Amino acid sequence: MSDHPTTYVPKSAFGKWFESRLPIAGLIHSSFIAFPVPRNLTYFWTFGAILVFMLVAQIVTGVFLAMYYTPNAGMAFQSVEHIMRDVNYGWLIRYLHANGASMFFVAVYVHIFRNFYYGSYKAPREVLYILGVIIFLLMMATAFMGYVLPWGQMSFWGATVITNLFSAIPLVGETIVSYLWGGYSVGNPTLNRFFSLHYLLPFMIAGVVILHIWALHVPGQNNPTGIPIKSGKDAVPFTPYATIKDIFAVVVFMIFFAYWVFYMPNYLGHADNYIPANPAVTPAHIVPEWYFLPFYAILRAIPDKLGGVIAMGSAIVIWCFMPWLDTSKVRSTAYRPLYKQFFWIFVIVCFLLGWLGSRPAEGWYVIASQICTAYYFAHFLIILPVLGFVERPLPLPNSILESVMGVQKGGAGIPAGANAEPHSKG
Amino acid sequence: MAETTTHVAEPTRRDFLYIATGAAAVVGGATLVWPFVQSLAPDAATVAAGAPVEVDLTPIAEGQIVKVFWRGKLIFIRHRTAEEIKAAEDVNVASLRDPQPDSARVKEGHAQWLIVYGNCTHLGCVPLGQQGEYHGWFCPCHGSIFDTSGRVRGGPAPINLPIPPYTFASDTKIVIGQEATA
Repeated sequence: MSDHPTTYVPKSAFGKWFESRLPIAGLIHSSFIAFPVPRNLTYFWTFGAILVFMLVAQIVTGVFLAMYYTPNAGMAFQSVEHIMRDVNYGWLIRYLHANGASMFFVAVYVHIFRNFYYGSYKAPREVLYILGVIIFLLMMATAFMGYVLPWGQMSFWGATVITNLFSAIPLVGETIVSYLWGGYSVGNPTLNRFFSLHYLLPFMIAGVVILHIWALHVPGQNNPTGIPIKSGKDAVPFTPYATIKDIFAVVVFMIFFAYWVFYMPNYLGHADNYIPANPAVTPAHIVPEWYFLPFYAILRAIPDKLGGVIAMGSAIVIWCFMPWLDTSKVRSTAYRPLYKQFFWIFVIVCFLLGWLGSRPAEGWYVIASQICTAYYFAHFLIILPVLGFVERPLPLPNSILESVMGVQKGGAGIPAGANAEPHSKG
Repeated sequence: MAETTTHVAEPTRRDFLYIATGAAAVVGGATLVWPFVQSLAPDAATVAAGAPVEVDLTPIAEGQIVKVFWRGKLIFIRHRTAEEIKAAEDVNVASLRDPQPDSARVKEGHAQWLIVYGNCTHLGCVPLGQQGEYHGWFCPCHGSIFDTSGRVRGGPAPINLPIPPYTFASDTKIVIGQEATA
């Protein structure tokens, strides 16, 4: 896709004619066939492909749901029940879409923590990484607006709570909120515009995904050692190695996905959302979808409205600064004995925040949320910068090949030319 | 040829045209954005539906809280008991997060009627009446506590439950959305 000059030569006369007019076959060949992939990638590197699959799955199921759904405050709830009861396989398409959102976030969180563990965000992949953060933010917006569409109690009150976050902005907050609502409260105009944007944003995600993949193909993929490809022996061609592995991973993930859809399709939702929206009654306990819970816990940990909103926003925005906050020269945590421990503490804190976000805001839950929130920010603002200076990393292998095959003596290990050698990144 | 590219001290007519064209494009673009942004604001039908509403107070028993809607917003009408009024008045106003005496939150001579917006000032949930430490309201979402004057006394809510514009048409009837003309 970038500086990998393709050796692709079309075989047929039509292929040559077409390639000289639109060199798309060469682009695909250099990006997804001949592209050099580190030979030591683990299954953690298949989540990019899983995420592409999930995006496509959400768009396809969503387009079909939109054929039967009515974005009107008086009819939305009914139309969703119509999909569930009357439309042929409507139950399946809706459960695929609703659980698909959760699966999308499962995959994206694995993808993000893989990136954190192996230091994929560090130079030269900062832009690639920040594009990923933008995709995550778009995913959050899309998922939030999608959850509003069934117009159940959680839809309505989730929309009320989240749109009211903007009222914390000094001076213009109230105006912004009335422009978000299109009225004086969450109502029919709100539902209409959320439906419009819920349909639009996935295509914007697809656009940023293309940039994300483009930016990936400039430096190439990171790998478990964190050291770059130095020779052709460090890499294998994308096809068949990565292609087949990605497809296998997607199929395994589909089994996981299908388990939720067919055996516990409502487990990740809230029973309250099967009650039509009622602006006079708040559900006893408003909680967002599971994938927002850590951020929700951070919001509630700060006993000040504007402060809570700022903290919640910062919790994601701070990711964008990681390439510069992390002062260590070593990418992979496998060679960072101290950071490895802090990484797992951070993972535990994130899970704790998620759990606390699902608890009511009272008693010691609040204090625990405050401690976890403080640690969350300390991880980025104190631990990451300081560790780079005080930590002594383990010795890095000389090459990816060496890390996989052990130290080779006199070239006796692998006969030259035994691997198909793709282009080296050098 | 070289001469023409080195002498560029004087702005030319072409420079003026570039700047003028660029400025026109910026102004035109901004003007075009305006209607799209304005279309997001509450529309004419929504504004029209937000006209004042009359509420008859006679059926509301002492101690009862009634919910009404105005502009899609929930409003509590609370017929306060003597103890609730006393509790609201006997507060050191200076100690409050959003200091307001009870007298500023009711209409003169109608201290038994408290009329406040029914959405928590934190994130808009509906607080539960007669609950919480001060038996005013308690918000189940994030734990804000309000007293019998609708003033915030604890939790994350930044300000008191606001008072909607209203006026007493008679002793038993109020008009919400209309301030007294006097």
